[in-house]
Amino acid sequence: MSLGGLLSGPPAIVAAGVDVFSDALRAQGAEVHDVDWRPPGFGDPADLAALALDPRRASANRTAAERVLAAGSQLVDVRPAREVLDVPDRTLLHAGPPIEWTRTSGPLRGALIGACLYEGWADSEESAERMLAAGEVALDPCHHHRTVGPMAGVVSPSMWMWCLQDPVHGGRAFCSLNEGLGKVLRYGAYGPEVIDRLHWMSNVLGPMLAAAVRAPLEAGADPIDVKSILAQMLQMGDEGHNRNRAGSALTLRELAPALAEVDAPASDISAVLRFIGGNEHFFLNLGMPTAKLALDAARDIPGSTMLTVMARNGTDFGIQTAGTGDRWFTGPANTPVGLFLGDYGPDDANPDIGDSAITETYGVGGFSMAAAPAIVRFVGGSVPDALATTERMYQVTLAENPAMAIPIMGFRGAPTGIDVLKVARTGWLPQINTGMAGRVAGTGQVGAGLVQPPQECFEQALTALAEAARTA
Amino acid sequence: MLRSGVYADSVKLMQVSRAVGALPGVSGVIVAMATPLNLELADTMGLAPDEPTSPEQLLIAVRAEDDGSLAAAVAAVDAAMAERERSTGTAAAVPQRTIGAGLDELLPDGPALAIVSVPGQYAVAEAADAIAAGRSVLVFSDGVPVEHEVALKRAAHDAGVLVMGPDCGTAIVSGVALGFANVVRPGPVGLVAASGTGAQQVSCLLDMAGVGVSHVLGVGGRDLSEAVGGLATLDALAALDADPATERVLLVSKPPAPSVAAAVEAAAAKLSVPVRSAALSPETPDLTAAVEALLGDMGLDVPTWPSRPGPVESAVPGAALKGFFSGGTLADEAMLIAAPVLGDIRSNTPLKPELDLGTDLSARGHVVVDFGDDALTVGRAHPMIDPTLRLEAISNLRASGEPAVLLLDVVLGYGSDPDPSYSLVAALTAVRAGTTLPVVVALIGTDGDPQGWARQADALAEAGAAVFASNAAATRYALHLLGVSS
Repeated sequence: MSLGGLLSGPPAIVAAGVDVFSDALRAQGAEVHDVDWRPPGFGDPADLAALALDPRRASANRTAAERVLAAGSQLVDVRPAREVLDVPDRTLLHAGPPIEWTRTSGPLRGALIGACLYEGWADSEESAERMLAAGEVALDPCHHHRTVGPMAGVVSPSMWMWCLQDPVHGGRAFCSLNEGLGKVLRYGAYGPEVIDRLHWMSNVLGPMLAAAVRAPLEAGADPIDVKSILAQMLQMGDEGHNRNRAGSALTLRELAPALAEVDAPASDISAVLRFIGGNEHFFLNLGMPTAKLALDAARDIPGSTMLTVMARNGTDFGIQTAGTGDRWFTGPANTPVGLFLGDYGPDDANPDIGDSAITETYGVGGFSMAAAPAIVRFVGGSVPDALATTERMYQVTLAENPAMAIPIMGFRGAPTGIDVLKVARTGWLPQINTGMAGRVAGTGQVGAGLVQPPQECFEQALTALAEAARTA
Repeated sequence: MLRSGVYADSVKLMQVSRAVGALPGVSGVIVAMATPLNLELADTMGLAPDEPTSPEQLLIAVRAEDDGSLAAAVAAVDAAMAERERSTGTAAAVPQRTIGAGLDELLPDGPALAIVSVPGQYAVAEAADAIAAGRSVLVFSDGVPVEHEVALKRAAHDAGVLVMGPDCGTAIVSGVALGFANVVRPGPVGLVAASGTGAQQVSCLLDMAGVGVSHVLGVGGRDLSEAVGGLATLDALAALDADPATERVLLVSKPPAPSVAAAVEAAAAKLSVPVRSAALSPETPDLTAAVEALLGDMGLDVPTWPSRPGPVESAVPGAALKGFFSGGTLADEAMLIAAPVLGDIRSNTPLKPELDLGTDLSARGHVVVDFGDDALTVGRAHPMIDPTLRLEAISNLRASGEPAVLLLDVVLGYGSDPDPSYSLVAALTAVRAGTTLPVVVALIGTDGDPQGWARQADALAEAGAAVFASNAAATRYALHLLGVSS
């Protein structure tokens, strides 16, 4: 037994705790690093110990992280939700963990009403509300259907969906098409202009994107590599959640030639190109399912303490872990802090909402804040703050994603695979970048900013993981 | 107003809007690129421009009480737009919070050792980090549950690394003294120590005999218990067997569980390096004797162990032995040597459960107190650093007037009180004024130690103490003063 070369020469030392030893070690000329240890942010010490000692944990987390890093993401189709999602009629998908109508927040309420109007299930706001309150329209989380939805995340049968595939693990993931900013369904707006836009998207945009995606595939071309676009945009000032400018432009570049060849009136083609070009969040709905593919590949790994989902429904924040399957751990969603559009202020903002925190779960978004320092200014921060945020996130994650390199960090890979145990030990909750929806149904977007999950959901997950470790 | 040829991203413009909106006399502001979305926003605020716009233009619209406020607001927009962030572009240093992060980011490669001294209930996660990173770890923390210790040591064995501890305060690795350890010369003897002060006594005596140590690998006081089964001792022996610098091994411990002692003996017999045991027991109560036997193994003469005789004092037959120790193993050794001649000795770490002292440190009769015991270090530093409790006990002893002989240990070296004789000399001078309390000190250290053995010995002798480098010799001298001999 060589103890890793320990006895072959004076060892370098890392110390945690009271520094009774360190001064004496320095006096002897030894290399000593004191870590800034603090008592855990939360968690029963017995639970923390059970997880720390779980012999399954190291290899389970290695497997989970490897699957996340290995997963790919190809754009293989664009189709109406009713054709690709296994969802009964008169069901609406929504962001975040499960929720009943009576507990829904304004923006989710607005989006559900809007979807009923859009589908023609109701002819007025009042009748839509009545139907939803009577349970005539069922609600189910997107995440239960391999789907993710930004903000309210409402998906109805007629909406066209991006269909993505992971060529490595074979998984599929789906996401609706992005409507743009301002008064849009996902922010809870449901006025006539919102419903009109949704109809245009299902009548013109969806079919045209479908044709533009399918034609090259039928001609033998490779599918569009969405993971590669995400990797490129991190080098171009985007972080893939709150800033998708470069990614949207790259996507338009990929799609434009095939769009130009679609058999449609030039005015429609032009409208589609203008719509995509005018929407700097167009890529978000491709980045999210890319993250979803990777994290779904890491589901159901006993002993793993890695998160597979962070999602919010505007009322609750929910997480899932690789070691606890489909079980949700929830707590009340926080309200983001940030900057507001026009006359809107903090009182107008709804608590955190959307499945888009799947991007942070994958290591981009707030975790790659250093790639997009512009974002940190939402809360008055500076470039060093952005770098520090990413530095902190390295300490709560399991791996660095070499495919998602962050230039200013010396092309270090994005911090990927949030470890519940590390979150508890450091007390550093994940950093999420997000848009802010108006509290009142029908308002739309009021701002954008930064937010963290409630600690409760991590506390519950830690307890459940520790229980599983003890009985393993 | 509209400006052309100016571009700023939306985050910057939202910051500018917020800053200007906070000015007195201003009730509404929008500073934004004139995109359709922003024009719609301006419209809802009643601030829509009345001239044609293009999205490349910057829209500045302000609702103000009067012309003065308006002019100030526009000036503030210009100032805010011109402002540049002052930034070095480097991250504010983010400290590593855990052993895992520290090893990962600071010492990713090469031999390294982790030291964990966090509260015992949290120590296991930090130690597990080190093992997962393929590194050995010294756990100074006490209060670590024994099942955690066993799990950590099993994992370490599987990973080919060593867990020193928990409650391990003494180690020397390739000349680097960790925790409470003395400045001793390098040499051929490797120590495996389930006892910190025992290892200090042994390594200091070896140094005084001119023999150095290769490494002192602490394994924690419980390692040789039934529950732990010598897991770290067996791994440490194997590591020293493979170490070219180590020619002989001395195993230092308090009394081990018999089954474990047998297993360790069997494992040691299979190694190529000779292993001698200095495990304390009623039959082998004397660490100094173990060192002398080792010197004999090596064909070396036993030196005269340094001492200071102290004043000539006559025996005080019938007096009580008061052993006030900071080192647990030194206390054990004193009791094992004294009990056969004195009879029962009560202690907070008694040889037999029925001799438990409880919390009454000032009980009459023969008493040995280990002030380093966990129960007496809750919320305070170890007595090798903080002498307060022991000085109190000495003062109480004087006040009680009970006829006694006072036996103390003073442990020098890294980590200990930088000048232990300073406070002790004052206490001893006070105690000896007006009483005839003989004081005997076991002074564990070397002349290389920061405190200096000779300097401390001289100061203590001047205060009236008899001083010995060997704890066994000190104990026997105390027995002599009690009018008995072993």
